[in-house]
Order: sequence, then C-alpha cells, then structure tokens
Amino acid sequence: MPHDHSDHAHALLPPDPALRVKALETILTRKGLIDPAALNEIIDTYQNKIGPQNGAKVVARAWSDPGFRAALLQDATAAVSDLGYFGRQGEHMVVVENTPSLHNMIVCTLCSCYPWPLLGIPPAWYKSDAYRARVVREPRKVLADFGVTLPQDTAVRVWDSTAEVRYLVIPMRPAGTEGLDIEALAALVTRDSMIGTALVQCPSQAPK
Amino acid sequence: MTRVHDMGGRFGDGPVIPDPAEGPVFTADWHARALAVTLACGALGQWNIDISRHARERLSPQDYTGFSYYEIWISALTDLLVERGVLTRADLSDQGTKTGQGDDTVHPLAGRMLKAEAVVAVLAQGGPANRDSDTAPKFSAGQAVRCRHPAESGLVDGGHTRLPVYAAGARGYIHRLHGTHVLPDSNAHDLGEAPEPLYAVRFAASELWAHPEHRDDQVILDLWQSYLEPL
Repeated sequence: MPHDHSDHAHALLPPDPALRVKALETILTRKGLIDPAALNEIIDTYQNKIGPQNGAKVVARAWSDPGFRAALLQDATAAVSDLGYFGRQGEHMVVVENTPSLHNMIVCTLCSCYPWPLLGIPPAWYKSDAYRARVVREPRKVLADFGVTLPQDTAVRVWDSTAEVRYLVIPMRPAGTEGLDIEALAALVTRDSMIGTALVQCPSQAPK
Repeated sequence: MTRVHDMGGRFGDGPVIPDPAEGPVFTADWHARALAVTLACGALGQWNIDISRHARERLSPQDYTGFSYYEIWISALTDLLVERGVLTRADLSDQGTKTGQGDDTVHPLAGRMLKAEAVVAVLAQGGPANRDSDTAPKFSAGQAVRCRHPAESGLVDGGHTRLPVYAAGARGYIHRLHGTHVLPDSNAHDLGEAPEPLYAVRFAASELWAHPEHRDDQVILDLWQSYLEPL
C-alpha cells in the first residue's frame, strides 16, 4: 500500500484505513469529543432516511405540477424546503431542466460536492477520478460508459459545482407516462438521471 | 499547475464504472464511520468547510492519489485535529490508541460534543454560505468575462482556491448571479469570510478544450467576482 509520504500527523495512525478510522474514533470517544451514538445516528440518516427517493419526488412533482415547476426554476432552495428537503449540502439549490436540445450533467471536479438532502451520499463513480477528470471534457464518452447515447443535435451543458451551490437535473419526462400519478412517476426517476448520466425510461421501455 | 485534486480535463483515467442504483450507500462499514466521525468532529467548531476541503487538498500528491476516497477524508481529518489543537501527536501514537486507558482530564471541547439527539437538527441546519456583503456585483447576466490566470490563489501562495486550472484565462459569459457568498480563498486560511458576488459562468467547450465533442457544448462553473475580469 502506498502510504504517508509526509510527516503529516495521519502517518502516526495505522496504515490500514479501517484500523485508522477505528483508532481515531477510539481516541476521540475516550476524550469525550465524539459520541458513538451520534455517529450511528448520522449513518442511519444517510443510509436509511435521506437518499435519491427525495429527489425523485421533486422531479415527479415538477413533471406534474406546472406551478411547482415554475417555483422550482425560480428558487429551488425555497421550493424543495417546502417539501421538507433542506440542510447540509443542500443550502443553496438550483435545478436545471433537460430539453430535446440541451442535456445537463453535474460534476464536482475539485472534490465531490453533491446535493445530499435530495440525493444522499454520492455513488463511488461520482467521486471517481475518471468521472471528475473526463466529464467536463468528453461528456458523451462518459455517457457511453453508462450506456447512454444522445441525439446528434442535443448539446451538453456540464455544471462544475465549484461553490456551495448544489445542482439537480430534471430529466425529460418520457412519453407514455401521461396517465401516471406522482408516486408512479417518482418510481421511474433514477439517481443517475438526476445527475445527468442516465435518461428516464418509460416503464414499457425499461430493460427487464 | 496547482494541486492534484484539480483534475478536470485530465487525460488517462480510463472508463467510469457505474455502480448499481440499488447498491449500498456505504460499501464498507469503515466508510460510514469515516463520514460520521468527520461530520461529528466538524461540529466541534474548530474549522469551517473551506479549511476542511483544503486539508484534503494538502495531502501529499502521492497520498492523495494512492488513498481511496474515505481514506483521504480520515487522513485529512487527523491532520486537521492536530493542526487545530484538538488532539496532539502523542494522542495519536500507539499508546494513545489502546483502549481502556482512561483520560483523567476533561478535554476543553468536550462540552461541544455532538450528541445523538442533536444530529437531526444539526444536519437540517447545514451551513449556508450566503452572506450580506458591501461588495456590489460588477457583472450582469450575459456579460463577457475572463477568468484569472494563473488559476492559483491570488491571496495565499499555494493556498486554497475554487478556480480549476482548466478554466484559468478562459473567456465566458455570466449565466446567473447566485448572490454574495463566503470566499473560500480567504475563509480556508482563517483570513475571514470576505463575502463577494458569486456567479454561474458559462464557457463554450471550444474555449476550454482543443477537441470539443460538439460545437454547442458548454461547461458552467460557479466563480467568485475576484476570479473574473471584464472583457
């Protein structure tokens, strides 16, 4: 394992990352600086309570309710707060809409900024060097890695989250979903479609 | 060049490997612990988000490249805890990590410990970055601007900044004004929040890359007023 090419303090802890975390947790707990029960609460929140199901509800509502869609495009932070989605890493929200002529994709090239209240903790691919390095320069080749091909005349707009503004993509609503209610629509909306690396499929087109 | 974390546009990384949509949020238990310890330590109030980002960026390039994602987090957190005086190097040494050795002295920050019952409220509160500012917006939507060149922090030699190298010197257009936000270049170095106007700035892909995929492609970055000059 390549490790600790420095005299940084972290080199004093065990090199194995699992042991490194454990050692730090032990020291901090013993000093009364962290509460293991609080750690469990944080993990439970992001494992079970906050995740892409939140963003999916926002997208389904935007598809179904023109007034909400307008409010969302005007001030996304306020509009999603009204639905109960706010807090850490979602303090300043902007939503961007896909159209037949424009496809949006979100990245953070400098770290891994991501709208936690709406999408939860980012997937490994979003945090990967390959995605961070490539999507700003060759978005279509990155889409191909996800099995997505855009029409020839669709332009791509990549949003690099370099500040504390967090972005959510409103994917295009697929044809053939006119009769579906909000819950059924939300079930079609995937995490990746709200980052811009997937399109939403009509249930009849969805791969089995 | 600046630092190894600033990788937008880099060549040679290979394919993006999608993970299954229904996969676990944390693929290892220690990932979850690393995230939770990091958030809980943040609640001690000894640094801000810009300082913590900069701590990760200050890892040696070999460490940053060799570490996995949460390894970066936990290693930078360790460095930060010592730098900010929360722990000592002696605390981290072997004898300090053995369990069962009680610490008789009460840590001065123990009163700030994040309690389980406060977690929901603390996460819900978050940390908004918008501030009132005396600095008026210099630019309006549609205006042509150019990014600072070189990309490095103008405030601190080798310091934290949020202008990626790939956009340094590039010409773009103001897409929208986000309001006035804390300036990371200042805030990451305990120089104050120095809030100023923040803009989404739109660049043609052809301005950034020698071989853009499509003539109409664009990249939009969020950039502070002091990163920009009028064209």
